[in-house]
Amino acid sequence: MDKLLQEIVLDNSDEIIKKWLGEIADEKMNTKSLPVSEELFESTNREFVNAIFSSVEQQGSFDDLHDFSERLINLGWPLSYLTEGMQAFRRVTTNFILEKSENVDTEFFKQVVESVDIWVDPIVNFLVSEYSGSWENTVSLQRMALQELSAPLIPVMEGITVMPLIGTIDTERAKLIMENLLDGVMKHNAEVVLIDITGVPVVDTMVAHHIIQAAEAVRLIGADCILVGIRPEIAQTIVNLGIDLSNFPTKSSLQKGFRSALEITDRKVIDLKKDEKKIEKILDSIDKE
Amino acid sequence: MMDIQFQSFIPIKKEWDIVAARQQGRDMSKQIGFGSVDQARIATAISELARNIYLYAEQGKICFEILDDMEHKGIKIIAKDDGPGIPDVGKVMEDGYTTSGGLGAGLPGIKRLMDYFDIVSEEGKGTEVTVQKWLR
Repeated sequence: MDKLLQEIVLDNSDEIIKKWLGEIADEKMNTKSLPVSEELFESTNREFVNAIFSSVEQQGSFDDLHDFSERLINLGWPLSYLTEGMQAFRRVTTNFILEKSENVDTEFFKQVVESVDIWVDPIVNFLVSEYSGSWENTVSLQRMALQELSAPLIPVMEGITVMPLIGTIDTERAKLIMENLLDGVMKHNAEVVLIDITGVPVVDTMVAHHIIQAAEAVRLIGADCILVGIRPEIAQTIVNLGIDLSNFPTKSSLQKGFRSALEITDRKVIDLKKDEKKIEKILDSIDKE
Repeated sequence: MMDIQFQSFIPIKKEWDIVAARQQGRDMSKQIGFGSVDQARIATAISELARNIYLYAEQGKICFEILDDMEHKGIKIIAKDDGPGIPDVGKVMEDGYTTSGGLGAGLPGIKRLMDYFDIVSEEGKGTEVTVQKWLR
């Protein structure tokens, strides 16, 4: 029975394809979501329907569909294009077989629907799993990328390191911050660590708690921790929340924090130009004499 | 509990939903016309509320409503969950009281960040925290 229906479909593939293309074109009129040219849309439709037919013909071989879906994923076509296409195929094929057959009774109708389902469903499952696989891949890559820029520790000078924090701090990141901070302090033999929170959008009690803990841990291994980059609105919310940051030094900007870090390590910034001017002045006064 | 039609709500199930709730609150408060300091206050309060849900009740939701009563505008945020509830509400409003090892500044902190604060909690049934901030 299934073979017979398959033959009907394959023998009349031209007609079915024509009807299918018509349906798809109508649907495109309704949605207009795809920003592609008319020609590209038509050629893609043709390729799609050929891939479907080769799968029906070879009974569940997805070679053509695999290449086709891979290309669509790369081009960023939505999954809905494919699922709508498959729905249209199911509709068109079922109608076509029923129209072609004489004395349609319930039993026959059931068989037709079953057969078409056997062709269509595996293809839909295959396409959906191809798409979701590519999404999962993207998400995991992005997660990795995010983790890489999670908590860098930058040695700026002997004994001074900076950890700039950008973006939301969640539990996982807080752990990373602590680990990187302690590892980095040991590795770079840092005396002062500046934690810059300019890029942290919200400092709530959890974020503050993690920062306080990290600073405390840094203190335990013998280094000083300065919290810098506290924006005025963040300062106000910290006060409102009643978070006690009096135990460790804070500065409004990285620049100021760096200056106090230099003081702690007994160094300072000297303006070379200023000295030159002084010397010039002395020379001038000598000349006058 | 009262059943009001909310303009929007964010379900809290994962840690990252806290960020979504916060962003929604920030967008709405910006739209109402709050300044950057108040935006930060509102976002921080939402962050605390959402984190409480995530930590203690595992799931719940944050509802947002724009208040407008002719004279002034504001934002109303309701954090709802069906979690274990709070046995002693008086105690959690004390500064420094914590069961999670945190700072213990969460709920009293939220009260200080906002203009109106109300908490209804029933053990075994859930907790509902309502906060409001008026535009001045």
